[in-house]
Parts: sequence; structure tokens; C-alpha cells
Amino acid sequence: MTDISLDRAESQLAAIWRQFRQHKGAVFGLCVLVFLVAFVLLGPYLWQAETLKVSEALKVKNKPPSLRFPLGTDQLGRDMLDRMISAGRVSLAVGFIAMMIAIFVGTFIGVLAGYFKRLDGPLMRLTDMFLALPLIPLLLVMVMLFRDRIAGIVGPELGAFILIVFAIGVTSWMHAARIVRGEVLALKEREYVLAARSIGAPPRRIILRHILPNVVSPVMVAATLGIAEAIITESVLSFLGLGFPPDFPTWGRLLFDGLQYMQLYPERVIWPGLAISLTVLSVNYIGDGLRDALDPKARGR
Amino acid sequence: MRDTVTEPQKEPLIRVEDLKMHFPIYTGVFRRHSGDVKAVDGVSFTIQPGETLGLVGESGCGKSTVGRALLRLYEPTAGRVVIEGDDIATLTPEALRLKRPTMQMVFQDPQASLNPRMTLSAIIAEPMVEHTRMTAQERQARVFELMDAVGLNRRFANRYPHEFSGGQRQRIGIARALALNPKFIVCDEPIAALDVSIQAQVVNLLEDLQDKFGLTYLFISHDLSMVRHIADRVAVMYLGRIAELSPRDALYAHPLHPYAEALLSAVNEPDPNRARRERIILKGDVPSPANPPKGCSFSTRCPKVMDICRITRPELAEVQPGRLVACHLYTAAGSTGASEAPEPKHNQSQQGASS
Repeated sequence: MTDISLDRAESQLAAIWRQFRQHKGAVFGLCVLVFLVAFVLLGPYLWQAETLKVSEALKVKNKPPSLRFPLGTDQLGRDMLDRMISAGRVSLAVGFIAMMIAIFVGTFIGVLAGYFKRLDGPLMRLTDMFLALPLIPLLLVMVMLFRDRIAGIVGPELGAFILIVFAIGVTSWMHAARIVRGEVLALKEREYVLAARSIGAPPRRIILRHILPNVVSPVMVAATLGIAEAIITESVLSFLGLGFPPDFPTWGRLLFDGLQYMQLYPERVIWPGLAISLTVLSVNYIGDGLRDALDPKARGR
Repeated sequence: MRDTVTEPQKEPLIRVEDLKMHFPIYTGVFRRHSGDVKAVDGVSFTIQPGETLGLVGESGCGKSTVGRALLRLYEPTAGRVVIEGDDIATLTPEALRLKRPTMQMVFQDPQASLNPRMTLSAIIAEPMVEHTRMTAQERQARVFELMDAVGLNRRFANRYPHEFSGGQRQRIGIARALALNPKFIVCDEPIAALDVSIQAQVVNLLEDLQDKFGLTYLFISHDLSMVRHIADRVAVMYLGRIAELSPRDALYAHPLHPYAEALLSAVNEPDPNRARRERIILKGDVPSPANPPKGCSFSTRCPKVMDICRITRPELAEVQPGRLVACHLYTAAGSTGASEAPEPKHNQSQQGASS
């Protein structure tokens, strides 16, 4: 039966990867992102900062880049490269996980609201309500209320991480939900969804097989923007003293720390700023390439 | 098989009784229910096993809505749709799901009715995934079988819909509809979006498949010559109601309802030497289905309108053996004293002119 050769017998994944490679920006973005991830994950094994006493550290504060301190030191004599590495771990983790929570919640709510007419009103009013809430005060209250309780269970640093990721996630899903709902409303009326219903496919299968794959593009865009937003929101929180503890570096935190000395030591703002920008940019390009690669129509060209 | 008129004493496969499909209109700040669009307003017909019923009418007369309500893709407002003894309109969701394999649909726009992110074999296999416990290999074998049946090259199984032409896409849609061995297929303008050269191919394919698998079709179309080619009986719809339901040859030779007459006068005659019946051009627009005229819905445009037409709505009644017409010209003629005699004569003369 299968002695005939099929056109395009290669697997879906191979086809997607083949198309993804055609997108120069996406490949470049992927390289940058891999570099950044490698930098924060492998960095500690390649570069170990010296352990200095306080008196020694104060003597080497505000140093420009040198062989001893490749990115210079900050106002307390801490090695900037070392801080950039550990800050990157936290920032990237916060950005990706918060984005995933936001996209998951947003897509879930958007699909429910778009597909089931009865849920549309309540869910969209809920979304409007979240959009109308002033986010920073809300985040502050959440952190104030729950920080100690969570810290008591899993430890202060992991506690702060979970809380921040969760707080950012549950306060940034609204845009994704609105985008997805609009898309689903349009897709629901397409004839292939009608065809699936005439076959007798239950709603969950229609959603998973026919609707979700077709809302990938807008979700991708929302997701890539979401990462940037999550990293920046985290730095705002840290800046306000309600994110991570002050001695716990994140890229956002480093940025705000460096802000006061920007005129004297601009590199201290440039490094974390560059890292955040590169992350956002590379993720954006990857999302762009992935969106094209996932669309069979664009894949043929 | 197709040229013999089906004997009416057989138990019909499909029996539609007084099907109504009203879409509510909400207006104002409070979204008050202020009326209904009566897309389908009391349609009844039967289809015999193995028969093709053509459903024709102008745009917006409710043809597609009938087709979709028949498969309960819309929830009918009222009426019964009995397919093989089960009333589709009132089945529970699970019972309806189990009933789905007997009735399938071929859609109008082959581009829109195929999910752009599924391969051809995934599309055709989908009904089997839903309704059978076949293994992946059995499914693939059946997909190949179906692709052969509709004339698609097996090599294309892993391609995506956008890589095919319109006619090929419609073949995919037909293969999907055939996957579960249905008895009844609603063809919702399956050729309207295709090139003329491809239309004949697809219609011939549908005919071949009917002979091969003993299918029953409801063939919805506004292409009167195509319906003449494929249908055994034809129902002419106007504004949500059936105006005339007649065997094909009788209808095309001698339409009874004034609307059917006007509609058929628009069919082009390919041979210029043959005298053709005079074109009847209707004046005015179709009334809004949200506010249909009192009495006969065609009374606002009918060239043979009588007083009674504006007051009482004519019911579909059998005026000649096998021919059902909803028109006072035939049914209420005796009671009102309106001329029944001149009318058939008039028609006769027209028929004479056309042949």
C-alpha cells in the first residue's frame, strides 16, 4: 500500500525548521538568544569573581573596565560581569515564565470567551476589569500581602521569584485574551469549523485542532512583546523595593542602580540595557520567524 | 436510475416537516428582541433514497440555511427533520453525534472549508478519528481509497490545501464527506466557487459517486442548468418558503408557479437558433425576510397577482401528480372565481414558444 512515494514525506518539525532557517532575522535572533542563555548559564563556570573584603572592595569601587574587572565595578566595588551573569539568570527566567503564564491564561480566557457565547460577556468584563486596575498598586498590594507567607514556605529568594512571576503573569494576560478572543470569533465562523461540527467533533477537539493552530500568529506576537514587558515590570517592582531583595541582582535592578551614576559611568546603564534590548529584540525576531514557519502557506514560498 | 421518477410510495430517507429557522434581531441599547429574520419559514419536503433533490432560488432566499438546519448546524426554531426515523431537530447532543456519519455536507467555498494548517490526509481522516476506532494504518489506507474515488493522486496526501486548485480542493471536501459512508449528503452550492470548466467535472464526480455508493443528495444551487443536469426533483424557494416542488423535466418544461416561471426564463439557451421563451423580468426587490409581506410572499412582485394573494398565504399543495405548488392560481382558483382557465393556456403558449 505504501509503495508509492508521497510528496513531502518529511515530518512537520523538519519542514518547520527548514522554513525557520530561511528567515535570516530569526536565525540571528536565535543565535543571540542562545548566546545570552549560555552567557547566564555557563558564565559562572567561566568567570569567577574574586571574593573581596569590604575594605578591599571599597578601594576598587567605580572602576572602569579592566582585565581584573572586564565590565568594571559598581559603587560598592562589586564586579559588574559577575552581577550581570547572575542578574541575567533571574531576568530571563522571570521574563519567560511570566510570559508563559500570561499567554496561557490569556489564550485560555480568550478561547473560552470567543468560542462559547455565554461566557463571552462575563469573561470580557473580567478582562476589562483587570485592564482598568492600576497595575503597580495592585502588584504592590499582592507582594505586600503574600511575600512573607510564601517566603516562609519556600525561602525568601525562591519565594520572591514565584511571587513576582505569578504577579506579573496574572496581571498581563489581558491583551493576549483580547487578541485571541477576536481571532476566535472570526475563525469560529469559517467553514472548516462548520465542517468539523458537521462531522460531529466535540468543542474541545474543534478548539484544539482547528482554532488554536490558527491563532498562533497573534499569540506569537503577544508572547514576544510579553517577555519584554515582564522583564521591565520586574525591574520596576525591584526598583520600588518590592521585587527581589536589594542585594539580589536582576537586569532591571542593575539598570536602576546605574541610573544615578549615568552621567559619570554610562557603561553601568549600557550593559543591562543592552542585555534587555538584545533579549527582547532576539525574541521578537524568533517569534516572527516561528510564525512564518508554522504557517504552511508561507512555508511553501 | 436517475431518469426514472422515484415512486412516491417508498419510505423517504429524509422527511422535513414545517422547518422554520428564525434568527432573532436585537435592537436598541438594551438589545431588546425586536423581531426575527425568517430565513426559513415553514419548509416541508421529502427525499427518497438515491434521489437528488435540487434546491434553487435567488441569493438570500434561505437555501443554504435549509441545508445547514437539516444537519443541525443551526438549531431550527421549529419543525421536524426526520432522517431514517430519527428527528434530527430534537436529538440529544450525543445521539446527534452518533447520527452524524449518516449525513454529511459539501461546502460552497472549498478554500474556506479546509483547515489551512492540516494536510490533505489529516483532513480526510478527521471524520474517521472522530467516529471509528481505526488504527493509523487503516485510516491511511481508507484515505488513499477515498482519494482514488474522488480522483486525487495519492502522492498529494501530505500536501496542504493551499497547494491545490479550486476543483481539487472541492474533491478533498467531497472525499471528507464520503469518509464515513454517509447515506445523505447536503451539497451547499458545491460548484458556485469553481470555474465553469471545473464545475462539470465536479458535478459528474458527484453523479458517479451517487451511482457507486447509492447516495442521496440535497443539491443546493442557483445554477439552474446544473440543477437540471443533476437533480431528479427540484424545489424552487422564494423568501424562506418553497414556491414549487416538481419533477425536474416537468418543471423545466412547464413551470407552474409564476416565480419558478420567471426564474427559469432566465436560463440561457445555448442554441441561438432555437426560439426561447420570453424573458420575464421581475420588478422591485425581494422583500426583507424580517418583514415579509402579508399573504403570499411573492405577491409584491408577481406579474399575475390577484387580490387574494395579498391577504391569504397559499399553502404548498399537490396540483398535478407529483407537482406541489404554493400559489392561489391553482389552489384557490375555484373559490375566488379567478381565472384558472386562462393560466394554463398562457403557460401552454409559452411552452409552445420555447420548444
